[in-house]
Amino acid sequence: MLAYIIRRIAFGAFVLVGTSLITFCIAFVIPADPAVAVAGAKADPRTLAAIHHELGLDQPLYIQYARYADRALHGDLGRSYIRRENVTSVILSRFPATAILALSALALSLLLGIPMGMLAAAWRGRAPDHLLLVVSLALVSTPVFWLGTILLIVGGLYLRWFPLGGFSGPSSLVLPTITLALGSAGYYSRILHTSLAAAMDQDYVRTARGKGLSTSAAMRRHALANAMLPLVTIAGLDLGGLLSGVVLTETVFNWPGIGRLAFEAIFNLDIPLIMGTVLFSAALVVAGNLAADLLLAWLDPRIRLGRET
Amino acid sequence: MKLGLNAMETAGALMVLSLAMVALFAPELAPHDPVRAVAATFGDPGAPSRAFPLGTDQLGRDVLSRIIYGARISLTVGVAAMAVTMTIGVTIGLAAGFFGGAVDSILMRFTDVMLTLPALLLAMAFVAVLQPGLWSILIVIGLVSWTQIARVVRAEALSLTQRDFVVAARALGAPPARLIARHVMPNAMPLIVVMAVLGTSGTLLLDAGLSFLGLGVPPPTPSWGRMIEEATTYFRTAPWLAIYPGLAIFYAVLGFNLLGYGFIRRRGHSADFQ
Repeated sequence: MLAYIIRRIAFGAFVLVGTSLITFCIAFVIPADPAVAVAGAKADPRTLAAIHHELGLDQPLYIQYARYADRALHGDLGRSYIRRENVTSVILSRFPATAILALSALALSLLLGIPMGMLAAAWRGRAPDHLLLVVSLALVSTPVFWLGTILLIVGGLYLRWFPLGGFSGPSSLVLPTITLALGSAGYYSRILHTSLAAAMDQDYVRTARGKGLSTSAAMRRHALANAMLPLVTIAGLDLGGLLSGVVLTETVFNWPGIGRLAFEAIFNLDIPLIMGTVLFSAALVVAGNLAADLLLAWLDPRIRLGRET
Repeated sequence: MKLGLNAMETAGALMVLSLAMVALFAPELAPHDPVRAVAATFGDPGAPSRAFPLGTDQLGRDVLSRIIYGARISLTVGVAAMAVTMTIGVTIGLAAGFFGGAVDSILMRFTDVMLTLPALLLAMAFVAVLQPGLWSILIVIGLVSWTQIARVVRAEALSLTQRDFVVAARALGAPPARLIARHVMPNAMPLIVVMAVLGTSGTLLLDAGLSFLGLGVPPPTPSWGRMIEEATTYFRTAPWLAIYPGLAIFYAVLGFNLLGYGFIRRRGHSADFQ
């Protein structure tokens, strides 16, 4: 168990170093000069040179990266060029809004996806199964930002049940959560359907059926626990997809989270903020994967006891 | 229920085909010029009417014509970006699966790192770097979407490489390039084609998302995502501006998904594609 945890943590650290290198590379391929973004297009060369020096842009790239990595390890992601604030504190101040949105969307998507997957597997090969597959494909095919706009028009404008965007109490959370959750719900229901269908073909389920259990009882008591394992892994991996959806959802609903922050940073060519948000998101995904791995080890004795093959 | 499964695939194929037709014959099908003001209501979006079934936008342009022409750019970007994605993903997957060992480890760890970065955020950062334009969009979408393809193709190449006919060809002295080109790749082709069909739904959505954020192909070229972005200003007074282009995106993405999953279900190997 301990070896497994250490291996997963080491892998997470490796991935984080890799992502920091990639974000750093992207930042320095940017042809536009960040000093121009700070000082304005009409700044004279001496001002630009001074800003270059102040930001450390006159140093060789590997020194810039080493400095960046060193500071990042100490929780300092640099200063935003435009906002003139510490990137870490800007991101952390925006994080709660994103966390609330992402967690409630994750909960809703599992709440919808698990029963859908179970129903489809219970009716395997028959009409409800095909119908549910088409429904889940329709959910996956719906553009997040369009769904959000439609919900805003219907729920906010015509019915007036919910506020027209912004973050102001529980009622403002409803539409963004639905927007973000529906696609994942379709995805999770397909994953669970596949793994449940495979589990239902196993001998232990056949034994359970032989004892006289109904299909649904055999599924709930025997197959479901095993079939949930792939879903845990996928939900951890899918956190990256969820965060991509967060950018669009937050833009539609004017939600004061990290997604909108990243969007603003890219429009301002605010390099430390871009690198910060991408790196922070990658760290969230790594943390999500790690949490999924640990949950898996807790759920599955084969992993917990080290017979992982 | 064989019929039901085929129905899914057929519906998907018809949807994709109908879109291709719309894109191809856009000038014949569109009632108006998509980039010029044709309605008298200049400055205000016009509600759907007999002359303009889907209404007109804030510049007096016909929404229906813009959606029809939008099929061109959206499908072109979706399919071409898929080609870039497949080129990267299949190359990396084949190399990792065929050569194994250190090559496999390095390529797959790199894939793991790329998989960790949220695709849309990464794409946004890339577009900011490259300046928006048709080519940069294609390259960016390819750069952020190949990971899943690489993983699936690698697994397939790994199992094919151990099969007897490949081992026999290797024993006869065939060089790696020939083994890959003549023995591994042709046998992985059905899988690659299905991945390409399914992947196109992903590239379409990613392109639409980027366009919605204002990072897509620059105006005045009508693209569905950009139409929705422009519509957000008017969604209180003119919801039709946002609704119809979104339906077009939905229709296109669903068409590719139905086609891909219909095929997978008929072949009965759905577990490979999660």
